[in-house]
Amino acid sequence: MTELEAGRAQTLVPQRGGAALQRYRDVLIALIAFAVLASLPLFTGSKALLDFVIRCSAYGLFATSLNLLVGYTGLTSFGHGMFFGLGAYSFGLIMQKLGVPIPIAFVATLAITAIVAAIIGAICVRLKEIYFAFVTLAFQMLIHSTILSWASFTGGDQGLRGGIPRPAFLGINLANHVHLYIASCALLILGLLAMRQIAQSPFGYTLRMIRDNAARASFLGIDVWRAKLTVFVLAALFAAMGGMVMALFVSGAYPEFAYWTISGEAIFINMLGGVSTFLGPMVGTVLLLLLNDTVTRFTEYHGIVLGVVILFFALGLRKGLLDFVAEWYAHRRETGEGR
Amino acid sequence: MLEIRNLAKSFGGVKATNDVSLDFPDGSLTAVIGPNGAGKSTFFNLITGALRPDSGKVLLDGVDLAGRSPPEIVRHGIGRAFQVASIFKSLTVQETMLAAVSADQRTSAVLHKRFPLPETRDRAEHVMELLGLVSKRHRTAATLSHGDQKLLDIALALVLEPKVLLLDEPTAGMGPEERWRMIDKVRELWESQKITVVFIEHDMDIVFKIAPKIVVLCYGRILATGTPDEIRNNSAVVDAYLGTEHAGAAA
Repeated sequence: MTELEAGRAQTLVPQRGGAALQRYRDVLIALIAFAVLASLPLFTGSKALLDFVIRCSAYGLFATSLNLLVGYTGLTSFGHGMFFGLGAYSFGLIMQKLGVPIPIAFVATLAITAIVAAIIGAICVRLKEIYFAFVTLAFQMLIHSTILSWASFTGGDQGLRGGIPRPAFLGINLANHVHLYIASCALLILGLLAMRQIAQSPFGYTLRMIRDNAARASFLGIDVWRAKLTVFVLAALFAAMGGMVMALFVSGAYPEFAYWTISGEAIFINMLGGVSTFLGPMVGTVLLLLLNDTVTRFTEYHGIVLGVVILFFALGLRKGLLDFVAEWYAHRRETGEGR
Repeated sequence: MLEIRNLAKSFGGVKATNDVSLDFPDGSLTAVIGPNGAGKSTFFNLITGALRPDSGKVLLDGVDLAGRSPPEIVRHGIGRAFQVASIFKSLTVQETMLAAVSADQRTSAVLHKRFPLPETRDRAEHVMELLGLVSKRHRTAATLSHGDQKLLDIALALVLEPKVLLLDEPTAGMGPEERWRMIDKVRELWESQKITVVFIEHDMDIVFKIAPKIVVLCYGRILATGTPDEIRNNSAVVDAYLGTEHAGAAA
């Protein structure tokens, strides 16, 4: 699997400085990726392309955070989308009702998400597999119906209308399309870097142990419940970040952001890209959004086409795209070692 | 010193462990034997916190650990390996060891540093050397042979530097030759690490050869305790468990 590959890469570099070196490498890759993305507006005037990248940022943060649960910890949440919706709504409401600067609304939204996730997580993470999946789904439906029925506060099925005010701060004006684009890219890269750090930290390996064999982990002195709750809250924070990017992008928040289908999309993305590598969900995000955009242009039955593609990946390949790349790479390395 | 006092556990009407009291002095090596269903694994599960005893005490150096959670009991110094190797299948041998040391040093929740932490390295190396896993350090646990998986399981317990090591059938599922190699390893570890080792074993030849002290369990009760010679000549044990063949060999 993945960790097989990740572990190998780690031991190839000299033993002592290996871990630190890997971190510098990740930061370097992140900087390059950001530079490439940020310079895109210089080369193209295509608003559609920039919009595509912004949507990829929102969904990418969201889907990668789900992989922290599914791929790294073995917690298959069917309700992860609730934190995407919660992020979008909290941020939108704070901006509309309180008119505070954007960074304050951003931090406040993360704080709210952390509290809600801690409460829901405390109830859910004790449950095993299918029960965990269904109870998280139930909480998602609860949040969705709260948004629908509390119309005076949330706008009900109309969503948060009238636009989210986006006052400039520190010379950044998110009402400006290019500024919003750069800010989304920055959030994406920072979010991915933070999640990568979590995945490669001692805690990240604790999560892998829990995924493989939670009972054994507890016989090593690990508090499994606490570790699961921690990662549940952390993943919720990054999902909320994705929701905030989405809210800024559409300048509003809609009940669909909190509907169960959004969790389903994140699971599809993970299946498309693969959960055994860190960047699998990111690749899956680009794939799904590309598919979505192209297929809707040709047919109104895009759901059928997407369904077939997903069935092909789930039943035919049984892996995501990047899983194949990782396996091919590991195989090549192994035969290389054999020489 | 590990002292078990009047330990009891029932499942429905079945008394799986029935008023068991035993002493395991520091640095002792003890074999636990008994027919299938004698309550050997239950006995281990009660000591390590996998099961909650109905009554009784598990005293380690005077501290009662009965009924506490597995992580707590491990932290007090009772490590265990399992009958079916209980390992982390997608981690490499080296990662497994490093992560286990991290857990023991209470750094398993650290987020801001990269795995592995430098201070986990020496202990992980040391135990891999002890168990002869150094050459397989980059192998994923799932790809190891059955015997190596059992060794890795023991290494996981040992790397926590326990005072007491409980081994649930270290030779389960092994061929005759591999069995002897494994049990020699266990004996070697016991001698070099100066820890208290308790192991469950089915092969009587092995038990009589290496264990200075033997405990015989039957229907959840202690049937007999003693040296190999005492056990061989104990008529209750012979009737209940050994049959006449071994008794004949001893005579």
